[in-house]
Amino acid sequence: MRAVAIRFGRFHTNKRAVLNSGSLATALTCPVGHPGANLRPRSLAGCERVIECKVLNSIDVNYQTQEFPYKRSADQDATTPVRHAVVIVGAGPVGLALAIDLAQRGTKVLVLDDDYRLSTGSRAICFAKRTLEIFDTLGIGDRAVEKGVSWNLGKVFLRDELLYTFNLLPEPAHKRPAFINLQQYYVEGFLNDRARELPNIESRWRNRIVGVENNESGVTLTIETPEGAYKIVADYCIACDGSRSPIRGLIGEESKGQVFKDRFLIADVKMSAPFPTERWFWFDPPFHPNQSVLLHKQPDDVWRIDFQLGWDADPEEEKKPERVMPRVQALLGKDTEFTLEWVSVYTFACTRMRKFRFGRLLFAGDSAHGVSPFGARGANSGIQDANNLGWKLDEVLKGIAHEKLLDSYCAEREFAADENIMNSTRSTDFITPKSEVSRLFRDAALSLAKDHPFARRIVNSGRLSLPSSYPGSSLNTPDEDDWNGGVKPGAPALDAPVSVDGASAWLIDQLASDFTVITLGTASEMVFCDRGLSIVANALASNEWIARYDAQPGTTYLFRPDKHVAARWRAFDGAKVRAAIARARARTGEH
Amino acid sequence: MNTLNIEPNLKDFDAFYEVLIDSHRDLTTAQSHEMNSKLVLMLANHIGDMNVLRDAMQRARATIS
Repeated sequence: MRAVAIRFGRFHTNKRAVLNSGSLATALTCPVGHPGANLRPRSLAGCERVIECKVLNSIDVNYQTQEFPYKRSADQDATTPVRHAVVIVGAGPVGLALAIDLAQRGTKVLVLDDDYRLSTGSRAICFAKRTLEIFDTLGIGDRAVEKGVSWNLGKVFLRDELLYTFNLLPEPAHKRPAFINLQQYYVEGFLNDRARELPNIESRWRNRIVGVENNESGVTLTIETPEGAYKIVADYCIACDGSRSPIRGLIGEESKGQVFKDRFLIADVKMSAPFPTERWFWFDPPFHPNQSVLLHKQPDDVWRIDFQLGWDADPEEEKKPERVMPRVQALLGKDTEFTLEWVSVYTFACTRMRKFRFGRLLFAGDSAHGVSPFGARGANSGIQDANNLGWKLDEVLKGIAHEKLLDSYCAEREFAADENIMNSTRSTDFITPKSEVSRLFRDAALSLAKDHPFARRIVNSGRLSLPSSYPGSSLNTPDEDDWNGGVKPGAPALDAPVSVDGASAWLIDQLASDFTVITLGTASEMVFCDRGLSIVANALASNEWIARYDAQPGTTYLFRPDKHVAARWRAFDGAKVRAAIARARARTGEH
Repeated sequence: MNTLNIEPNLKDFDAFYEVLIDSHRDLTTAQSHEMNSKLVLMLANHIGDMNVLRDAMQRARATIS
């Protein structure tokens, strides 16, 4: 049995052979100027070269101190505001991910940021498997995984006793682990390095938005700089400007929801400790009674510790080292030496904007939605926002897809935000019970958990980020055949080991940046030929692929450019594939 | 869709009631609340039907004036 993958779209994909030959690789130099860097081709996104810059002496860049100077742009001297296809506001993980995605697709992007630095402090540290798969398409997957700490296991303790262990990736044979822990400044640094390789991206630092005029013909932005204000016009503006989004405020919108009455202390400490690379969560530990504590390992011997403090804690007092040090020492024992890397006290809210699209102005990431940190659903959902929007915006700008495809970004990502908020709220209600009876049931579940397996399923220390599915999306072609499992329309691709021309590979890497069809058949069945169609892999079939996709001879899956399943059939039919692609481009009814 | 069975479903209700009250003997009110919470969780898992559980919760709640 053989499976064949074919790619639809605008790109020629025969560059794979050229790059894999190795002859081109030796001619490449490190685009960000790493001395002694060893460059190797890593993967392909469309026909863009995605190269990996691996520094041989493995000296890390200190991304927290990197500065990006303000530079005057010709736009500031223009008599009428200069027009740009896409303006992304905010060079955080979401803005950079979206910029790279668009740039790799051949669309020019202008990125504006009000600062001249990347993230300060480790902030988001847990990056989920789906995010890593997206990072692979953006060209930073290997760097992130090599630098990050991979983990699959979580442990939950009550007082000083282990209640249970959970495995977030119980099924073997996936390219990427369930999670890596990696400081946000590394993620932003890697993304920014990649962005600087791409000529389609222009970044302007210390460019702060002070005015937004959003109408049918475009979004006019007034931008404050060290040399005064200027205006530009965007065909589309994407606000990736964070939880306090100035743009959201400028258009009179809010992100509304539930604020939780609790405070948490984050202490990032540097030490060499014998703890395994697992997520450890304590309810009511002896070293921090009546509250919860979360411990995570990061690279560079840095450990993240979250202490629940309660609502009455004074955030300014709790940040002082003389308050933090004893708390950490109590956890580690009095003989463990450590230094404080970063301290922060936070409260949180589960909020979202009523909609993510306002004509030509769209919101992505924390500006659009916010969750509690338990579950790692903030940065991960923001990266998925970018992944969902990138191809859609690109195809709309190029006239390939209908403009209303952008509405599906809202439908799908608002649905995902609601799901994340629901999970995050449930976790928070368990960790911080809001009433006496809520605490009673919480403690009952914890008390039963050790000897009653069912009660472990009630214990909620955070339901960790899983990729969102879009089962009700208008872009899906509903199943018309019988399936016994597999991957449903709207769900993200499930990875599996496959064989490509006799070599071991991963299914996730076979999916192109355009629409991809994988069918369990022979090439001779691929008689219909759409524009830009080419066969990039033969003999994909593996037992894992067949099992995970409920595949039989003839089984055909159509994947969207963001690697979600658009449609599936028991037999290949070119007309049906074309109709499903039109539907996924919001072009149904035009034919 | 299953709903809560409100018709008699035990053979000996007097025996059940006696066992229930006995099981709380010598507990403080706080301890009894704790025990009741655990009973609710255990029985809910045993019933294993969200519709039945929701029906039971709604019926019980409706009787609170």
